[in-house]
Amino acid sequence: MKRHLISAADLSRGDALLILDTAEELASLADRPIKKLPTLRGRTVVNLFFEDSTRTRISFEAAAKRLSADVINFSAKGSSVAKGESLKDTALTLEAMGADAVVIRHSASGAAHRLAGWVRGSVVNAGDGTHEHPTQALLDAFTIRRRLKGATARGTALDGIRVTIVGDVLHSRVARSNVLLLSTLGAEVTLAAPPTLLPLAVDTWPCAVSYDLDSELPKSDVVMMLRVQQERMTAAYFPSVREYSRRYGMDTARMAKMPDHAIVMHPGPMNRGVEIAAEVADSVRSTIVEQVANGVTTRMAVLYLLLGGTEFPEVAP
Amino acid sequence: MGATGHPVAGRDGLAVLDAEEIRRALTRIAHEILERTHGGDGVVLLGIPTRGVPLARRLAARIGEFEGVEVPCGSLDVTMHRDDLRLRPARALGRTDLPPSGIDGKTVVLVDDVLYSGRTVRAALDALTDLGRPRAVQLAVLVDRGHRELPIRADYVGKNLPTSQREVVHVLLAEIDAQDAVMISDEGRPS
Repeated sequence: MKRHLISAADLSRGDALLILDTAEELASLADRPIKKLPTLRGRTVVNLFFEDSTRTRISFEAAAKRLSADVINFSAKGSSVAKGESLKDTALTLEAMGADAVVIRHSASGAAHRLAGWVRGSVVNAGDGTHEHPTQALLDAFTIRRRLKGATARGTALDGIRVTIVGDVLHSRVARSNVLLLSTLGAEVTLAAPPTLLPLAVDTWPCAVSYDLDSELPKSDVVMMLRVQQERMTAAYFPSVREYSRRYGMDTARMAKMPDHAIVMHPGPMNRGVEIAAEVADSVRSTIVEQVANGVTTRMAVLYLLLGGTEFPEVAP
Repeated sequence: MGATGHPVAGRDGLAVLDAEEIRRALTRIAHEILERTHGGDGVVLLGIPTRGVPLARRLAARIGEFEGVEVPCGSLDVTMHRDDLRLRPARALGRTDLPPSGIDGKTVVLVDDVLYSGRTVRAALDALTDLGRPRAVQLAVLVDRGHRELPIRADYVGKNLPTSQREVVHVLLAEIDAQDAVMISDEGRPS
């Protein structure tokens, strides 16, 4: 494994499998009376969140605490950042506090990469702009493997599993990380979205593209719905929310077209009634609640593998 | 990563126990466990990965043969509790698999292949504390090679093997290494 986790592309197939298998082992912790391990005692994890994100921050915080690391939460609101401090100065402050890992969420694509050049500890990208969110992709891959393979999941990749990712790919760091990671693991990924919500260079991604969701559903093992990110939309990408949800929303009629074993995923937070109907979100085929629990487990695996061993050797600048 | 090497007897050093001797040692330990625990009542065998796990299963099978009692058997990974984690890159986890009946109020017999510094057993005791509260904990090992660094001793020993700290003891088991043997050599397991 590399010292930082900035992009899902940093992970080889072997790295990804090691994370998933470690997570599989750590998942049993949730059923135990004491949900804590002493492994990262004395290590400090800083959650550096420049963008609001309750669920990802809580998930990383729970993961670090279950491994006995000390957690410092730093959110931009009401902090020195609001007073105009630059990312670099913030990074140097954290460095002086002795952070062993920095988990960063930032609205600018590439922020995690920049930060990695300034701090000594490991940097974990918890979402940078519209670029990447690798731990989300890991927890999604973990959820897919567990749901579709059950007890035989350990040690296996996702070869031949067909995943359709639906909706606002353009603004989605979740989609990019998932395409990279799932294809590394051998899954066949198809993006289904209106042309206006696909990025320009999508033809260079390791996946297929379709504008017609309904024709993809019968051949999908996994359908992953993306949130329509209205807060990032600076132009009119579709005529109306109603029309979007008619063509690309997941409702019970569309769910019925999927194979019996297929699952519906959503990274959350959901816009119920826009990209996913309430009946689908609450159905047994939806993995949305599982994804949250698996998020803690997967992030524990990442923190353990980055911080649990010897320190990574200093890289010459 | 010890499971990846498949040393061949003879080339890999001196064989100190062969398959027959391992079988006899395990048979004796199984009898001793039955004796000490008054018929194996409330005993749970927990193997420490990697090679403690098949040893625990063999002991459980033997106890079943001798007395017809079914002794629950599982595995206990101690990686997350080790005190030498920071000396090596983060390693893959082994499996922890407790029998459905749990360990609360039971007599847990930890099973491992080699007892050396005692640090693995220390980690196992910590790991157990997080999983429940056994009535008593005992330790069974196939080989005790000495050089303890902690106040820990085994309750059941297959063979006491005087070694120097330079030497390396490998336990090979058919379930993992395709043959049963205990080897002693001057250098590390070939990887």
